Amino acid sequence: MTTSCPAPHFYPLGDAAVVLEFGQTIDPATHRLIQAFSQLLTQHPPPGLREVVPAFATLTVYYDPWVLRHGRGKLPYEQMVSALQNLLPAAQAAATVAAPGPLVEIPVCYGGAHGPDLELVAHHAQLFPEEVIARHAAPDYLVYMVGFAPGFPYLGGLDARLATPRRAQPRPLVPAGAVGIAGVQTGIYSLPTPGGWQLIGRTPRRLFDPARTPPSLLHAGDRLRFVPISAVEFERLHA
Amino acid sequence: MSLTVLKPGLLTTVQDLGRFGYQQAGLVVSGALDPVALRTANLLVGNPETAAGLEMTLRGPRLRLAADALLALTGADLGATIGGQSVPLGRPVAVRAGTVLAFDKPTASGRAWLAVAGGVAVPSVLGSRATYLRAALGGLAGRALLVGDELPVGEWPAAARRLFDLLKPAGVGWVAARWHLAREPLARTDSSLPVRALPGPEYEQFSPASQEAFWAEPFTVTTAADRMGARLSGPLLERLATGELLSSAVTFGTVQVPAGGQPIVLLADCQTTGGYPRLAQVITADLGRLAQALPGTRLRFQPTTLAEAQALYLAQEQHLSALARAVHLKSLRL
Repeated sequence: MTTSCPAPHFYPLGDAAVVLEFGQTIDPATHRLIQAFSQLLTQHPPPGLREVVPAFATLTVYYDPWVLRHGRGKLPYEQMVSALQNLLPAAQAAATVAAPGPLVEIPVCYGGAHGPDLELVAHHAQLFPEEVIARHAAPDYLVYMVGFAPGFPYLGGLDARLATPRRAQPRPLVPAGAVGIAGVQTGIYSLPTPGGWQLIGRTPRRLFDPARTPPSLLHAGDRLRFVPISAVEFERLHA
Repeated sequence: MSLTVLKPGLLTTVQDLGRFGYQQAGLVVSGALDPVALRTANLLVGNPETAAGLEMTLRGPRLRLAADALLALTGADLGATIGGQSVPLGRPVAVRAGTVLAFDKPTASGRAWLAVAGGVAVPSVLGSRATYLRAALGGLAGRALLVGDELPVGEWPAAARRLFDLLKPAGVGWVAARWHLAREPLARTDSSLPVRALPGPEYEQFSPASQEAFWAEPFTVTTAADRMGARLSGPLLERLATGELLSSAVTFGTVQVPAGGQPIVLLADCQTTGGYPRLAQVITADLGRLAQALPGTRLRFQPTTLAEAQALYLAQEQHLSALARAVHLKSLRL
């Protein structure tokens, strides 16, 4: 089954980036097209392309105007937009046949010291903590994008019952690996940072490691499943 | 060959032109806050412009040069001296081994860049030597310089060797080239710093009065300012559209406006994506001005067009190419 995607709207982000916007919604069809386009540009970069940043409904293409300086009256921006427009049909074709991304299992120790807000989320959802864990670990989530911090995944697919508002007072320090809920989003902190998400567990896996190839554990397009583990198992894997 | 850190200065980090290719993994670009200033300093000592140098903030370090060195300074005049004598900016300076380079007579407040022939040869992490403090990545152990650090220096390019030999510093002294950049480093004034920008993707969502105020009124850099970005204070900017935006890419020079109505201009260490409305985007040719916008600086945003911004981008690249050629010819005594 394929859902038709609107033709993208092109606009500049300053003088060295062009944004392709595919509507204003978070949905798997838009995501597949952005993924396919992103992969196509990585494999066959048009002249001047520096790097691409896929997001929920946009694909931002950074380029070097210097490479596109001989445009016979056309701005570097206009040349890049033309190049991208020419690649659009190939990206659309690739999106329709794209296979699902790899499934990455993320072990999580729920509750206790690792998930101090589990009780609060359970109370908010009017569920037992064990039911929150079961519902959080049930779906295959989709990694829509990685951003905000190195390796930080924006996930789609949270059980609507678990949606919980952010904390009124953000914590001054959330440890790397903390798994949280904010509104209808769930995610994993990749670096120790201040944060306002409701923390229900923690994974011992490192989401970003510069010594690893590739450095990020997760990539846009991956599928993700949380696997509950014990505190003992957490310590063993964290060591 | 190395540089020994006798005093680290306020915030001295190893930077190059940044870490590209990992933004889709959420990794910030980092790199010099004024890339043109670092590229210029590198070209002046015969380095490739991508070599790593030092970025200094307000108070520079005190460095002992363990071996002969060829160095160049760009950006704000932080008062570099060798043996009590002022070292000029914007030209190659040949220095004999054992000399101490100090920054103890600042005449301007701002940021400056130091390039040394051979470049600062810390290990490259994911294709760059730039320091990203927040993730403790790149540079020297992912942090700012500390007393006692030893900074390795790479092998000199042939042009650097030729420039050094032409300058011929005597026994323990130093000699600056008589030629220098035509352009003076950006002068700091008490009035506001003009910064040219293009309307951002969400510009039309702001009220006409806010759009007008953004270009007409000055904005002051608050103390909430670092390499990631600077919070500005000025007229309240009101977004008429309601509802959350989907996170999308932001970059060096993006002016975003959180709900409070006070803008933030993002800098070299900014996050890769954000969900705040993007009111404007500072043009590439003026990013270096933001590097000098320390707390208290008043910025005045000036509207420009994409055609003009790209023309200025190309002119800047042409200027750097011409500089590279000129330094090469100087090294050949032509």
